[in-house]
Amino acid sequence: MDAGSFKLNFWANGPKPGELYSFPGATGSTIPGCGPVRHTLNPMVTGTSVLGVKFDGGILLAADMLGSYGSLARFRNISRVMKVNDCTVLGASGDYADYQYLKQVIEQMVIDEELLGDGHNYSPKAIYSWLTRVMYNRRSKMNPLWNTVVIGGVYNGESFLGYVDKLGVAYEAPTIATGFGAYLAQPLMREVLEKKATLSKDEAYELLERCMKVLYYRDARSYNRYEIAIVTESGVQIEGPLTSETNWDIAHLVRSGFQ
Amino acid sequence: MATLSVCQVPSSGFSFENCRRNALLEAEFVKQGHKLPVAKKTGTTIVGVVFKKNGIVLGADTRATEGMVVADKNCSKIHYISPNIYCCGAGTAADTEMTTQLISSNLELHSLATGRLPQVATANRMLKQMLFRYQGYIGAALVLGGVDCTGAHLYSIYPHGSSDKLPYVTMGSGSLAAMAVFEDRYKPNMKEKEAKQLVRDAIAAGIFNDLGSGSNIDVCVITKNKLDYICPYDIANKKGVRTARPPGRPFKRSGSYKYKRNTTGVLTETVTPLELEVVEESVQTMDTS
Repeated sequence: MDAGSFKLNFWANGPKPGELYSFPGATGSTIPGCGPVRHTLNPMVTGTSVLGVKFDGGILLAADMLGSYGSLARFRNISRVMKVNDCTVLGASGDYADYQYLKQVIEQMVIDEELLGDGHNYSPKAIYSWLTRVMYNRRSKMNPLWNTVVIGGVYNGESFLGYVDKLGVAYEAPTIATGFGAYLAQPLMREVLEKKATLSKDEAYELLERCMKVLYYRDARSYNRYEIAIVTESGVQIEGPLTSETNWDIAHLVRSGFQ
Repeated sequence: MATLSVCQVPSSGFSFENCRRNALLEAEFVKQGHKLPVAKKTGTTIVGVVFKKNGIVLGADTRATEGMVVADKNCSKIHYISPNIYCCGAGTAADTEMTTQLISSNLELHSLATGRLPQVATANRMLKQMLFRYQGYIGAALVLGGVDCTGAHLYSIYPHGSSDKLPYVTMGSGSLAAMAVFEDRYKPNMKEKEAKQLVRDAIAAGIFNDLGSGSNIDVCVITKNKLDYICPYDIANKKGVRTARPPGRPFKRSGSYKYKRNTTGVLTETVTPLELEVVEESVQTMDTS
């Protein structure tokens, strides 16, 4: 068999390695009116960071209540945290419409589960696994749900905190922060957890409050109105709307003029 | 075209002569199949803070990156401008180095001409005006701090030539991590010890949470009467010691990578001396003229 003349037919007119290849049917080039036109989207109304932290006996999840329309602070009272069932909560950043769709699907799933009446509930890990698969499959079809989701809960005495994003990247960690939170809040959260491996509920709450304050100071698409979801063995509680105490005294130290 | 106070008065308007030359050079290079050398960027965390109204603490990490590789594990990012003014630099290493040296040199001449200790505002003006003249092509993001006859001043200067005068500033790829620490814990009129600890924490946040920053923490404290250039202030990353340790247990050297002899069993050992014969022996004197 001569190596040079051996031709793989299925790769005959394929892309050269490293070359950009446009997938067939990926762009909206299908015949109009013939089935859903899918394309990789642009997010419209978006939510910014979601923070999550584990403590001894449960987890805390925090997200602000802003839906931005580009740089416009359009919807200032939307909830980006949802209760899935008595042991799980879910917070989403990214496109709000995709989150609403996801919320609808999950709520229906939970109802169907209850109707089975077998005494079983979705565990946070189950929702996390399911969502990872959904997100990955959507991205493989070039039609993602443009969200980064944080799933937290307590099941069988064990607390769970996981992250899933629009690419299907998923991981579990004791502290999670999406979006800008990864740059601003994560260093603060990690600093605390490195000194003390397990936090009490009050310590974790105080940590999240500090982080939400810093995010309000430095994230240009944030808002000073947020919700915190607390999940413990005894159930789910979503507190809100809360506000951070901000200190603008340094404004007096900023002088414009001849510098 | 680059020198300021020394020789000719620069002609008005922007000069883009070199841009055309660079484009031609690049085209030639690419035609021959070479790639232009990439500027060494210091992915960095640099910070500055004003304490107690008359003192400055500057801090910096010590990692210089060349793309995804650490080029220098312990470089110095706090540059001398004048005996009472120091400047941290982030961005392209060559740009920060040469820009600070140039302004330092011109400031010394200026100081001799005026007969006074240079003011921080002067250094700020000189840096701003030069960076603006180059329209952002000089990738130098600086944190300039010092104490002069009017007090302690801190500026952050951006590559395009804007500057901000603030009580606390951070720059570089790790600036968000460091700024989070500042926003959390800065208080006006801190004591020197508190300020040093805060700067150390901010740089540590950058080192451990940003991949472009790493190694050790350098600190420079400037007050009216003294200057402390502490390099390193904190050796945050020691080779061979893993920082991730189980909580509650003390630091443990995570083991050396050297294996004991006979970990892999030796079956036979043969020693063959290489016999080299001397072919030629010559002496060349060194040119010490």
